[in-house]
Amino acid sequence: MTRDYLRRLGIAGLTGFSNLGRATVLWARAMWGLPRWADVGLLTRQMYQVGVQSIMIIVLSAFAIGAVLSLQFYTQLANFGAQDSVGVGLALVLLRELGPVVTGLLFAGRAGSAITAEIGLMKTTEQLSSMAMMGVDPLHRVLAPRLWAGMISLPLLTLIFNAIAIFGGVVVGVHWLGADEGSFWSGMQNAVDIWNDFGKGMIKALVFGVLVSWIAVFQGYDAEPTAAGISAATTRTVVLSSIAILATDFVLTLGMYGNFGS
Amino acid sequence: MDQDSLIEISGLRFSRGDRVIFDGIDMAIPRGQISAIMGPSGTGKTTLLRIIGGEVKPDAGEVLVGGYDVCRLSRGELFELRKDIGMLFQSSALFTDMSVFENVAFPLREHTELEESAIRDLVLMKLNAVGLRGARDLMPSELSGGMARRVALARAIALDPALIMYDEPFTGQDPIAMGVLLSLIRRMSQALEITSLLVSHDIHETVSIADNIFLLADGKLIAHGDPQSLREHPAQDVQQFMHGEPDGPVPFHYPSDDYMFDVLGNSV
Ligand SMILES: Nc1ncnc2c1ncn2[C@@H]1O[C@H](COP(=O)(O)OP(=O)(O)OP(=O)(O)O)[C@@H](O)[C@H]1O
Ligand SMILES: [Mg+2]
Repeated sequence: MTRDYLRRLGIAGLTGFSNLGRATVLWARAMWGLPRWADVGLLTRQMYQVGVQSIMIIVLSAFAIGAVLSLQFYTQLANFGAQDSVGVGLALVLLRELGPVVTGLLFAGRAGSAITAEIGLMKTTEQLSSMAMMGVDPLHRVLAPRLWAGMISLPLLTLIFNAIAIFGGVVVGVHWLGADEGSFWSGMQNAVDIWNDFGKGMIKALVFGVLVSWIAVFQGYDAEPTAAGISAATTRTVVLSSIAILATDFVLTLGMYGNFGS
Repeated sequence: MDQDSLIEISGLRFSRGDRVIFDGIDMAIPRGQISAIMGPSGTGKTTLLRIIGGEVKPDAGEVLVGGYDVCRLSRGELFELRKDIGMLFQSSALFTDMSVFENVAFPLREHTELEESAIRDLVLMKLNAVGLRGARDLMPSELSGGMARRVALARAIALDPALIMYDEPFTGQDPIAMGVLLSLIRRMSQALEITSLLVSHDIHETVSIADNIFLLADGKLIAHGDPQSLREHPAQDVQQFMHGEPDGPVPFHYPSDDYMFDVLGNSV
C-alpha cells in the first residue's frame, strides 16, 4: 500500500523531471534559430494572433479590475480621511503585482491554450512530420515564432493592462466617488519609482511571457496525437501556466522587494 | 550490392512495444527506378518509409540513403539530406492554414531563392501535372480526399527531389486521375531519373508501373524481384498476396485470440 504509493510518487517525480529536461532542450533548440530576418513575417503573424487578439479581453478585465480596486481603496481610505491617495495605492498594486500577474493569467487562458491546441492539431494531422520530412525544422518554423511572440507580447499587454486599469480607477475613484483629481495624479507621480515599481513589474511580465509560451508550446508539441490528447494538453497549459505564474511571482517579489523579515 | 542502389538497408530491426514490426530486413532500392513495397495492412510499410526518412529510429541495423546512414546523422545533416527527398504522406498532411498554391510553394520558398514569378510558374506547372491548377486558391479543408492527395503529391515533387516516397498515392483516385498519376510517376522516373519508392495495395497498378517489388510480411522481406518473377514465384504466401486470396499462409487478421472465444467470451 505505502510502497505502491511511494512507487507511483517516484514515477511521477521522474516523469516530471524528464519532461522538464525535454522541455528545456526543446526551448533552447527553438530559440536558437531565431531571429533571422526571413522570419520577421512569421513573427509578426504570431504577434498578431497571440498579442493583438488578446487585447480585447485584457482591456475589459483591466477596466473592471481598476474600477473595483479603486472602489475598495476609496472606502477603506475614506475611514482615515485619506481617500485622495487612492491613486498611490492603485498604481503601486497594479505596477508591481496585479498588472503582470493578471495579464499573465489572462494570456495563458486566451493565447496559451490556443497555441497548444494549434500545435497539437498540427502534430495530430502530421503537418509537423511532413514539414520535417521536407527538410524544414518545425522547431524553427512553427515553435520559435510562437515563443518569441509570447515573450514580446506579454510585457506590451501588461502596459496596456496597467494603463486601462488606472483609467478605470480614475473613472470610479475620481469621477464617480469624487476623490480629488489633482492629488490622485500627483500622489501617483511622487510615489511611483520608474525602476523599482514600473521596471521590476515589466521584468515580471517578461518572465511570465517566457513561461507561458514555453509551457504552451511544449504541451502542444508533446501532446498525444488524439482529440483527447489535445484537450488534455490544452487544460494542462492553462493549469501549469497559472501555477507557474503565481509561484514565480511570489519568488520574484521576495527577491525584488526583499528584506520583509528585517 | 551489384547494382547502383540509392537506399541500402541491412539488418533492420524495429519493434513498437512488444510487437515486432521488422525482424531483420535487408533490401537495396536501385537508383533511378520505381520500386514498390507491398504487404498486408499493418506490416509496417509506412513505418519503413519513416525510418528511411529518419523520422523513426530503428532498434538495430543500418539504413543508408545516398551513402549516408540516416540513424547517425546530426539533426542539421538530416534536415539537409531531406531537402532531396519528397514524401507523400498516407494522410496527405497538407498545411491547413495555407491555400493549395501556398502548400505547393512552401518547399520552394523555404529551400530556394527563386523570384516570385518563377515560384508561380513552378507551382502552376506542378499543379497542372496533377490536374488541379484550377484549385490553387482553395483551402485544404475545401478539397476532397483524392484532391488533397494530389496536392500533396504536387508538393512532394515541387523541388524535383532525387528520391520520392509515395505512401499509397492511388487511394481515393478515380480511374482517370489514377491513369494520370501512373503516367506522372513513370514520366518522372524516366525523364528526370528520380528514384521512386511506392507503397500501394493496388496490385494491378503497381505491377504495371514498378520495376521492382518488395514484399513484406510478418516483419520479414518474403520476396523481391521484378513483377513477372513475383507472379511466378513458387512460394505459396507470395502467390496468395499477388493474386489477392483471403485464405493462405498470410493471415488477414491482426494477431488475436480465437474468434469463437473472443465472441462468446466467458460463456464457454
Ligand atoms: N504510433 C504508433 N504507436 C504504436 N504502434 C504503432 C504506431 N504506428 C504504427 N504502429 C503499429 O505498427 C504497425 C505498422 O504500422 P504501419 O502504419 O507502418 O503499417 P502499414 O504497413 O503502413 O499499414 P497500411 O497498409 O494499413 O498503411 C501496425 O501494426 C501498427 O499497429
Ligand atoms: Mg501505411
